[in-house]
Amino acid sequence: MDISLINLVPLLMAASTPILLAGLGELVVEKSGVLNLGVEGMMIVGAITGFMAAVATGSPTLGFLGGALGGAAMALIFGLLTQGLMSNQVATGLALTLFGLGLSALLGQGFVGLKPPATPKLPVPGLSELPVIGPMLFRHDLMVYLSLAAVAAVWAFLRYSRPGLILRAVGENHAAAHALGYKVTRIRIYAILFGGAMAGLGGAYLSLVRVPQWTEGMTAGAGWIALALVVFAAWRPVPLLVGAYLFGGITVLQLNMQAAGVNVPVELLSMSPYVVTILVLVAMSAAGAAAGAPGSLGRAFHASR
Amino acid sequence: MGAATAALAADPVKVGFVYVGPVNDGGWSQHHHEAAMKLKEHFGDAIELVEQESVPEGPDAERVMTQMALTGADIIFATSFGYMDQVEAVAGKFPNVKFEHATGYKSGPNFANYSARFYEGRAVMGTIAGMMTESNKIGYLASFPIPEVIRGINSSYIHAKKVNPDVEIRVVWLNTWYDPAKEADATQALVEQGVDVVLAHTDSTAPLATLEKSGGYGFGQAADMAQYAPKPRLSSIIDEWAPYYEERVQAVMDGTWETAATWSGIKDGMVGIGEFSDAMPEEVKAKATEVMNAIVDGSYHPFTGPLNKQDGTPWLAEGEVADDGALAGMSFYVEGVTGEIPN
Repeated sequence: MDISLINLVPLLMAASTPILLAGLGELVVEKSGVLNLGVEGMMIVGAITGFMAAVATGSPTLGFLGGALGGAAMALIFGLLTQGLMSNQVATGLALTLFGLGLSALLGQGFVGLKPPATPKLPVPGLSELPVIGPMLFRHDLMVYLSLAAVAAVWAFLRYSRPGLILRAVGENHAAAHALGYKVTRIRIYAILFGGAMAGLGGAYLSLVRVPQWTEGMTAGAGWIALALVVFAAWRPVPLLVGAYLFGGITVLQLNMQAAGVNVPVELLSMSPYVVTILVLVAMSAAGAAAGAPGSLGRAFHASR
Repeated sequence: MGAATAALAADPVKVGFVYVGPVNDGGWSQHHHEAAMKLKEHFGDAIELVEQESVPEGPDAERVMTQMALTGADIIFATSFGYMDQVEAVAGKFPNVKFEHATGYKSGPNFANYSARFYEGRAVMGTIAGMMTESNKIGYLASFPIPEVIRGINSSYIHAKKVNPDVEIRVVWLNTWYDPAKEADATQALVEQGVDVVLAHTDSTAPLATLEKSGGYGFGQAADMAQYAPKPRLSSIIDEWAPYYEERVQAVMDGTWETAATWSGIKDGMVGIGEFSDAMPEEVKAKATEVMNAIVDGSYHPFTGPLNKQDGTPWLAEGEVADDGALAGMSFYVEGVTGEIPN
């Protein structure tokens, strides 16, 4: 068996980045008290709009921007329906996923079989030359670093900043936040747009880096895993990172173990990412100060009530 | 035929197709869809086509086929192995509708099955893989542990081994026909383990996209995937369903349709071998052509003894050829393949 961490860790980080980005976006959305089940739909739309932008401009950076915009546009639909028209969030989110799968298939008609411009690796000067650590952690593409920076940023924003505090207040008790004079609907729309952009980025990472090509339905459930990670991480960014890397890591590890010819039953290997992720996150939330769901999660808000 | 077609023109034969993936997956489902398009071109207004894509294997397939039967379909092609039990159930409820199931082994009075001898194509690909590998490690992306996939693994390995006694095969089971990200990850994992030629038994072009990035060779699967030639795509196994579909729909029109178990190979044109890429040296092309020709003229069967099962027990004696029954139900690796088949 010749599986080394040096080979495994970079693959793990690449495999986890889409669910990490999408999960982080959804975490902020849920912290503001909105449940958006349309992550899968926003991801797949981000995957195709990002792919289209990258192919049209030849620039992967503009591609990722296109993915973020595509995801945010989808989120805007959700925001207008649930915040403006006060539709049911669960039903609207599910509809958004179905709509996204269909829309992306339509948009992608002319893009099947094309190759996107390559996303360059950005080795960190100096650090990437370190033995062992260098090839593992510091020779990635920009998005991997950005996703890690985003975890830190979201954590700091929610924990230490005043807007973060307001966002949490809106999520915990929208009536009280409203009474204090905060614009509940507007704040939630911002959060929803952020969530959509992050899901779109995650989708674009799939179509531009991880596969890299456009194929219909290519997210294949990644959005649902991102949603589940938010709950398992108890709405906290750092456990979310752990969960995403764990899930991605075990997925990559089991494929590598099969490829290396390790004699472990395949059934065990296939279910291991799900089992281990659930076990570890359950243990984490049992041990830590269990932060529950935001108090107003999924409830519609209108200033008159 | 002209008169018959004209007579039926007022009441076209309704033909249903059920696909497991999207019709632009670049592989399996797309090829069935293209065959359906050729069918429509061939018969024109004499048939009415109903297609349903991305139908999961399971209860959903039963619903989709029932819907097709209720809305007047005369013949339904269910194009994935996992629809077998659903086809059987629906066929029982609609005795006047003809059902055709791809790659399965069950049948009934109004329920035929058809498949291609992909293992013949695998023999050619395995030969190429065995000669092209420099690390002596070839990889196989396996979808589900069904006889068709196991035959493909065995046939690839046997023929790689024939031209390269040092070759090893690494099999990765994915439990999906279509998940581009997972297919890409698995291909990458194989490359990391020193595999430099990958055979795929899944439906997307993601393995070839990954090989293009990471180096190594692969093959088109179900479709030619020529956009990845000359590297990493060396050749391909192409499914040619259109002639079969035309024959069966014509039989429905003529009232001569009968249940059957069709299993055709390279010779009958159901399995096509894609053009050899220029990345292959002349001797590899020559050897691959030799294997292909021997299969076509009947002088060689890809499963010819002596062959042992994985545990070393004898399966086929010297010169003995596997019969179709044994092939249809194949559930074991041949000697030399490592790992276990999941249940």
